[in-house]
Amino acid sequence: MIPAARAILRKDLTIEFRTKEAVPAMTLFTVTVYVLFHFGLDRDSLDGELASGVLWVTLLLAAVIGVTRLFAAEREQGGIDALLLAPVDRTALFLAKATALFLYLLALELVAVPTFGLLLLGPDLLSAFPELLVILLLADIGLAAVGALVSALAAETRARELIVPLLLLPLLVPLLIGAASATEPLLRGAQTPEDLGRFLALLAGYDAVFVLVSLAVFDFLLED
Amino acid sequence: MYSKGFRPLAAVTIVTTAVAFALVFFYAPLDADQGFVQKIFYVHVPMAIVALCGFVAGGIMAIRHLRSGDRSWDMRSYVTIHMSIILGTGVLITGAIWAKAAWGHWWVWDEPVLVSFLVVFLLYCVYYPLRFSIEDPERQARYSSVFAIAAGAFVPINFVAVRLAESFTHPRVLSQTGGSLPGDMRLTFLVCILAMTLLFVTLWKLELTSKRASMQLKKLRARLEAA
Repeated sequence: MIPAARAILRKDLTIEFRTKEAVPAMTLFTVTVYVLFHFGLDRDSLDGELASGVLWVTLLLAAVIGVTRLFAAEREQGGIDALLLAPVDRTALFLAKATALFLYLLALELVAVPTFGLLLLGPDLLSAFPELLVILLLADIGLAAVGALVSALAAETRARELIVPLLLLPLLVPLLIGAASATEPLLRGAQTPEDLGRFLALLAGYDAVFVLVSLAVFDFLLED
Repeated sequence: MYSKGFRPLAAVTIVTTAVAFALVFFYAPLDADQGFVQKIFYVHVPMAIVALCGFVAGGIMAIRHLRSGDRSWDMRSYVTIHMSIILGTGVLITGAIWAKAAWGHWWVWDEPVLVSFLVVFLLYCVYYPLRFSIEDPERQARYSSVFAIAAGAFVPINFVAVRLAESFTHPRVLSQTGGSLPGDMRLTFLVCILAMTLLFVTLWKLELTSKRASMQLKKLRARLEAA
């Protein structure tokens, strides 16, 4: 299972490196949304709740793009049949797709978070580390698990560009609550972030439930 | 045509619903600070409880479908979620009316149960476009079941998360629906829950019968055309 997952992951990453499709699009999208928020809110710098909300909503919307594109190469080039014919567990496919999405999100945040600090954030971004790093990692695990599940669910539908955001965004509400509430005191420049543990626990619980649920049900998707 | 025991069930439902309404209007005392409008509680809260249980039950039926491969369980899961969405619409409307009467606003964001319910409702609304944009019936059943399971697991997490987010700013001293109801109000409330559950089961059976009948009709039509 692990070698198969690694092979699929390597294939996905190679395609992404050559076509440069998902990650650059997601990055460009986040910067555009920052500009939209600047004009929409008519604010030059944000802090606290507003900053954390803008950052997380932007990241989640960018994740929608990544999720929509997750099975795109297989669908457009017909590689999905070969993958399904291969005598490997669907779990390997899930692990590979979720890991690919996780890495895309990390690559996105590597650019999107510093850009946010540069363009919109009032307080110094560096003071939010290393707590912000933990929040980002926990959120990315949940996003990757739910994203891989949703993209597989939508892969066989007629209106998949429509289904992905409709399905993904409500599912991400608990994740947004945890991530945004945990980030808020960090972006206010608070010395001792209150309630951080509680929201990290929420994120970890969300991750655990959705990784397990996705692993359990993925076998029933994409099987023909 | 109806499944066995449907008629007695329907009769019991009618009687229980009538008793429940009689209790609501003639037995339960008027609420001290909200007055008559508080009566909507006896419709709103049972509807919400039954709808949420329906969502989770739909997930459990979906698990049975995936485990046994028996597609009738998918049909049951679909009808359960369908009925819960209908009740859910009622919950949001009665909730808005109650909020307007009690707090003066059609919608209040600091009522975590209402907000969680909206999120769950929005998620389950996607069940229809997902289900009906898959043509192959076997695949449709499988994908819908996967959705029902994931969404069923989502319901409790979402409630915990929204409550955490709210208690951050608004510590809740006393829960609206908590066990602190006086005796006669509690009795009325319990009868209302029973009535709503029976109504749900009755309508569920009716809808299931109609779905099966139309499926059979489709099959017969196909055979007629083939002949």
